[in-house]
Amino acid sequence: MPAGGCLFVIVGTDDKPIYQAEFPEARSQRREDTLHLNQLTVIHAALDMVDELVWGTQAMYLKQVDRFNDFYVSAFVTASHARFMLLHDARNEDGVKQFFTDAYEAYVRLLMNPFFDSGAKVPASFDQRIRLLGKKHF
Amino acid sequence: MASEAERKKVALRRLGDATFSKVDKVSAELFSLTYGAVVTQLLKDYEDVAAANVQLEKMGYNMGVRMVDELLAKASLAQCASFSETAEVVAKVGFKMFLGVNVEVAAATSSEFRLLLSENPLAEFVELPEECSKLEYSGLLCGVLRGALEMVQMRVECSLLRDTLWGDEVTEIRVLLKERLVEEFVDDDE
Repeated sequence: MPAGGCLFVIVGTDDKPIYQAEFPEARSQRREDTLHLNQLTVIHAALDMVDELVWGTQAMYLKQVDRFNDFYVSAFVTASHARFMLLHDARNEDGVKQFFTDAYEAYVRLLMNPFFDSGAKVPASFDQRIRLLGKKHF
Repeated sequence: MASEAERKKVALRRLGDATFSKVDKVSAELFSLTYGAVVTQLLKDYEDVAAANVQLEKMGYNMGVRMVDELLAKASLAQCASFSETAEVVAKVGFKMFLGVNVEVAAATSSEFRLLLSENPLAEFVELPEECSKLEYSGLLCGVLRGALEMVQMRVECSLLRDTLWGDEVTEIRVLLKERLVEEFVDDDE
């Protein structure tokens, strides 16, 4: 993840990760695997915070839920308890909130597709939509 | 002559609008999600896209043979003089009444017509996954047309030529007139 970049992960209702994307898209593959693993671990750890925080608020956007060194983790929980996690290294609360709201809309459209069930592969159109949002907000 | 046909089209469109306003309605989302659930369940049960296509068409047929009665009861229609007039009635009154969409007729002759659906309430939200790319998601409509027209003495063959779900611009259904059925009376005594 380059400076100013973000890693976006959707964790489904049944605790399985169903989607992940990086903005801006990683150009080189170097050290990708190890880097990725570390970042995913940070997000994974933050999930516990989310599960705690979610009962204390009415809002879906939980703001920043965790930080690790100079990484921040922001979260958004949908009505069906799918969790949107975003790892970022720049403070950008409004942008993140906007991004989450738009991503939620795309996610709802995805859920309305009768051929989609969590566990299935996310169609390319959803990926495109999210990447567009990523470009717009970050 | 052309203006005569135009006038008929306008009258039919008005009739379609009037009939549509008379019938009960359900939420479009409830409708498309229900249909989606039916299609995916068929795919699960038959485990084969081609078999699901056949079933959808059959289901449509069984609906069509009933729906035509409702159409004739709710809309006051005169007898069609030609097959192309039938096409206009199907598009402007039938589709409008049951689906609330405006359908265009193309390439209407005395034995064939094509219906162009620019919007399809059945397929809202749907994206076909790769393994189902041959699925005729709206094949139900073909069955409906076959069933309905059979009840008014026309044996037709319908096929889905294009579908927005396959990446086409519009959904196109071709209806081919095979034969006009003659009423047969069967003696009960035999």
